[in-house]
Amino acid sequence: MIKIEFLGPISVEPIEMEATSLQEVANRLQEIEAVSGWLDKCAVAVNDEMTNDLTKILKSGDRVSILPPVCGG
Amino acid sequence: MELYQGSLDVKAIFGRWLDEESESNYGAYIPFVGTIRAEDNIEALSFDIYEPVLQTWFNSWVKKAESKGAKVKMAHAIGDVPVHTSSYLSAVFSPKRRVALELIDEFVEDFKANAPIWKYDVIDGNRIYAEDRSTPMEGSGLLS
Repeated sequence: MIKIEFLGPISVEPIEMEATSLQEVANRLQEIEAVSGWLDKCAVAVNDEMTNDLTKILKSGDRVSILPPVCGG
Repeated sequence: MELYQGSLDVKAIFGRWLDEESESNYGAYIPFVGTIRAEDNIEALSFDIYEPVLQTWFNSWVKKAESKGAKVKMAHAIGDVPVHTSSYLSAVFSPKRRVALELIDEFVEDFKANAPIWKYDVIDGNRIYAEDRSTPMEGSGLLS
């Protein structure tokens, strides 16, 4: 089971799903209305490490974080 | 890296950082203070932070600074920070000024673009995401 968590202003509770790659996670999230509008401006971390690789293999217990646009300071 | 609930005690933090490096033989210490300005009827700004990714981001800057013989430090507020108080401090120490002057510029700009921190305006007690001032992080859009 993969846990997906939405950070900052995305007010969506964490989701758990079966997935073996980030591509599968992307496909599922695109179908969720409250989430899909955020995806084009969000970055992604797997187990707290930023990633640019959609083919990244996921294993059970991995955490995927969705990070919307930032503004620190 | 230091995180605090609410406004930062600027003088105490800068004073302590100065003391920490008093024997380190750095010739330059450049502090940066981010202060909440009163504008658009806000009473405060408010911040969410994702600490694990922020720590990784900061650690990469520690290494980058070390490679130039320098040191970076930062502090940030979590939650509400009233106008005219500080939410963000950073500093660079280096043996000579040039490295510190260049690093503080790169460090603060990269912080604005890639530190996982979310800002909200606080107006009449409501917390409103500052979407128009926010920047997508590197690699955004991967899942779209």
